[in-house]
Amino acid sequence: MLRDVRIVPTGAANLRSVTEAFRRLGVKATMVRQGNEIEDAEAIILPGVGAFGPAMDLLREQGFAEPLRERIEAERPTLAICLGMQLLAQGSEEAPDTPGLGLLPGMARRLQAPVVPHMGWNCVDREYFYFANSYALARPIPGWETSFAHYAQSFVAMIRRGPVLACQFHPELSGGAGKRLLQEWLDAG
Amino acid sequence: MPAKRVIPCLDIRDGRIVKGVRFQSLRDAGDPVERAALYEEQGADEIVILDVSATPERRGASLETVKRIRAVLGIPLTVGGGVRALADAQNLLEAGADKVAVNTAAVQCPSLITELASQFGAQCIVLAIDAKAGRVVTHSGKSESTLDAIAWAKEGAGRGAGEILLTSWDRDGTLQGYDTQFLCALRGQVRVPIIASGGAATAQHMAEAFAVGVDAVLAASIFHDGQTTVTEIKRELTDLGIKVRP
Repeated sequence: MLRDVRIVPTGAANLRSVTEAFRRLGVKATMVRQGNEIEDAEAIILPGVGAFGPAMDLLREQGFAEPLRERIEAERPTLAICLGMQLLAQGSEEAPDTPGLGLLPGMARRLQAPVVPHMGWNCVDREYFYFANSYALARPIPGWETSFAHYAQSFVAMIRRGPVLACQFHPELSGGAGKRLLQEWLDAG
Repeated sequence: MPAKRVIPCLDIRDGRIVKGVRFQSLRDAGDPVERAALYEEQGADEIVILDVSATPERRGASLETVKRIRAVLGIPLTVGGGVRALADAQNLLEAGADKVAVNTAAVQCPSLITELASQFGAQCIVLAIDAKAGRVVTHSGKSESTLDAIAWAKEGAGRGAGEILLTSWDRDGTLQGYDTQFLCALRGQVRVPIIASGGAATAQHMAEAFAVGVDAVLAASIFHDGQTTVTEIKRELTDLGIKVRP
């Protein structure tokens, strides 16, 4: 089971849900302060709440972008959550001039639905998880095990490749289903 | 499509749950941490906490309560009550809230919503509106305004509030059902999720609110009093044809 889990700051104020969820699983997640920690850490979490532009700017300014790319390309244990997953793509409609990490094809696009944000529990592979998103990736992701959710359109809810897991929903806020997913990720690392 | 949400609401003062009809006769109704954990176990989709402390000085206790609840809770937590500035929201989010609710302060200074949404993201900001006869009331119901509640909700959503929490002041605590006529009108005017509050006594009431398009319902007394459980309410909602998370 993974033990050394570190969180990359992306400017989100509310990381306590993540740290407490891991504490309940017996893991003390700490914050990354320098880029080389991303290479050294056994496991990395890329959380994200807020906006694409400022988060990418922060990653680049802090020297986190390259180490993250390398880590994910090398398939080392990484968990990307919500905006964190979108940062892996080419970019986002939310910040058209800001390139993402470029690990996944396509751009995150605004959900076309009568009510936005998509807020609440929705089904992914027959389990309910908690979403709070206005943007999403829609294109299939070759080379990754991809799961979809539906909200006026199909969009990518989760992708997996070895010990790399990215979720559009918040596993740390998804009750029992979320807890089991996080435990699986810790065990698979 | 997402399931409809059932959200227990805890009014908290000095680290204890209090309850009362329209903020009168506040009585102690238990430990918020125990209750929140119990509601999660029963299938609650989220928890809302409102700090009803009389003065700002006493709100410090609520950060401790938020931390204690966050330690046990694996579902979303929204915290409101006395959020007046960016720093208040920051403190609550750092203490473990996933969303913060603003009410009176936003009416007094609408740009607060814009600021909060820019800083923290729209999905973190809930605009709580207390409505009486279609008009906004503030200061825990003590202050009536001529501001149209639906127009205010529209403005709030436009400024970046990710959700509207609409409490019918006329119905709150009365157990007579939500103000579905008003909620229907509101649904037609805003494009963000709506949480209905005020008046819930039965699953039937909730089903009626869902039928007019609200996304979530808040309830307090029926759960705190032990009249029913979230499990039971969800079972009844399912029987009534409402899609809820089991």
